[in-house]
Amino acid sequence: MARMKFLCDAERCIDCNACVTACKNENEVPWGINRRRVVTINDGKPGERSVSMACMHCTDAPCASVCPVHCFYTTADAVVLHSKDLCIGCGYCFYACPFGAPQYPKVGNFGSRGKMDKCTYCTGGPEADGTAAEYDKYGANRLAAGKLPICAEMCSTKSLLAGDGDIIAEIYKDRVKTRGYTSGAWGWTTAYHEGIAV
Amino acid sequence: MMGLWIRMRFILGVLAVCSVVSLAAPLHAQPQVAPVNPDASAVNEQTLLQQVPRIEGRIDIPNETASVLIQPAGRVWRYFHEVILHWTGVIVILGMIALLGLAYLIMGRIRISAGRSGAKVPRFNSFERFSHWLTAATFVVLGLTGLNITFGKLLLLPIIGPEAFTSFSEAAKYVHNFVSFAFVVGLVLIVVMWMKDNIPRKVDIVWLKEGGGFIRSKHPTAGRFNAGEKLVFWFALGAGAAVSVSGYLLLFPFYVTNIAGMQIAQVVHSIIAVLFIAIIIAHIYIGTLGMEGAFEAMSTGSVDLNWAKEHHELWLEDEIAKGRVPRMPASASPAE
Repeated sequence: MARMKFLCDAERCIDCNACVTACKNENEVPWGINRRRVVTINDGKPGERSVSMACMHCTDAPCASVCPVHCFYTTADAVVLHSKDLCIGCGYCFYACPFGAPQYPKVGNFGSRGKMDKCTYCTGGPEADGTAAEYDKYGANRLAAGKLPICAEMCSTKSLLAGDGDIIAEIYKDRVKTRGYTSGAWGWTTAYHEGIAV
Repeated sequence: MMGLWIRMRFILGVLAVCSVVSLAAPLHAQPQVAPVNPDASAVNEQTLLQQVPRIEGRIDIPNETASVLIQPAGRVWRYFHEVILHWTGVIVILGMIALLGLAYLIMGRIRISAGRSGAKVPRFNSFERFSHWLTAATFVVLGLTGLNITFGKLLLLPIIGPEAFTSFSEAAKYVHNFVSFAFVVGLVLIVVMWMKDNIPRKVDIVWLKEGGGFIRSKHPTAGRFNAGEKLVFWFALGAGAAVSVSGYLLLFPFYVTNIAGMQIAQVVHSIIAVLFIAIIIAHIYIGTLGMEGAFEAMSTGSVDLNWAKEHHELWLEDEIAKGRVPRMPASASPAE
């Protein structure tokens, strides 16, 4: 089985936010929640870079280990998913996540959180693949249909890469060799305990 | 003259521009990225992380809190929550229970040495008892529902299964959130009512030096509250304030703190809560099993005259002087 990862090549990201929009559309993401977002570092200064970020599907994911009800699980493709039937909306995964991935629909009084929502790597949830129940809670299950996450698939500059970690790392290395510079694989050291040595 | 005026206007203009810039600067500097080497081809994650604990930038969507790109501290907080907190909780709470068990085995119950006199001295009026039990009941509920968030998945989840545990924990979460308000009310009432009787006095030092009521040969005297009770009072005030403030910071995410602040709030909340639970377990022990004649102060509101004489003689003298207690024969003899 593959070890699925995301890789955003910051040299190519043009902050178009198409990944954000495509994700919302493909997964019918709840109101007020963005599973993917684009952050611009050093905006307007020399060396400015934009990075598209979502759940990185970490190795030894912190969200999963702090969850008080053990609602997380990792698929055979190393995608970190959770069960909205088991989630109690406590907010602990969101304290632990290095990437700000978990978000909560605001329900009820003050800070009362609903069931957590985050990027599923377009892999749905615990329900049977491709069912309406799965789509309702988690959105599309593209992986089961042999397709990669929509955000990476439709990235116009191919900045955002999704797929097996070794393969996308190779693609990235080739790019870096060709152009001669890099700003690094953002988030990889934190998420996977390893960067990409070029 | 004209030249001076033009110069003045220039200076004022410069000052105005400076002040606008300096006012505007913090807003624009929101990403708080320290200046990077201009020779570098681009900002670099590792370099940035060496300068700041988390990387922030500008974001197009209205959700400003999403502008934090990476905050590796989440993994540190995970270590606290999954390792440090678990061990602290186990050691502190079970340690306290073991200590009290040992105290009971060695010393047994602290009896009223003169026996019961049969005469009653009013100690807590109904409002004081209401405030105490409001705080006490809410504390137990908050303590158990709070412990469930940390230890439930280790202790309860394997027994009742994931679905039942989720239903229970979700209800427990709401109970914890809402009951907290009642706890704060109780705590405020207690503090207001008993603050003046809990101000440290000289006798407290003597009481502590003589080991409280725990050394049988000695009977250190005390006012309405002894030094032990005063310590519990001030601890409850401090810890209660700390858990309340940190709890409300977590209950209202992003109103005051960002995620880094919430991690700290959670650390404070959980560590103080664990200590609080241990202290209150000791308080419950000494108020029930550990000492004869103590529990009735909070249940019926009055205590036996001999109990008052042995543990709070100064207070008893005061009460007698104020005429609140009928003057008894000096040797209120044991009933037996």
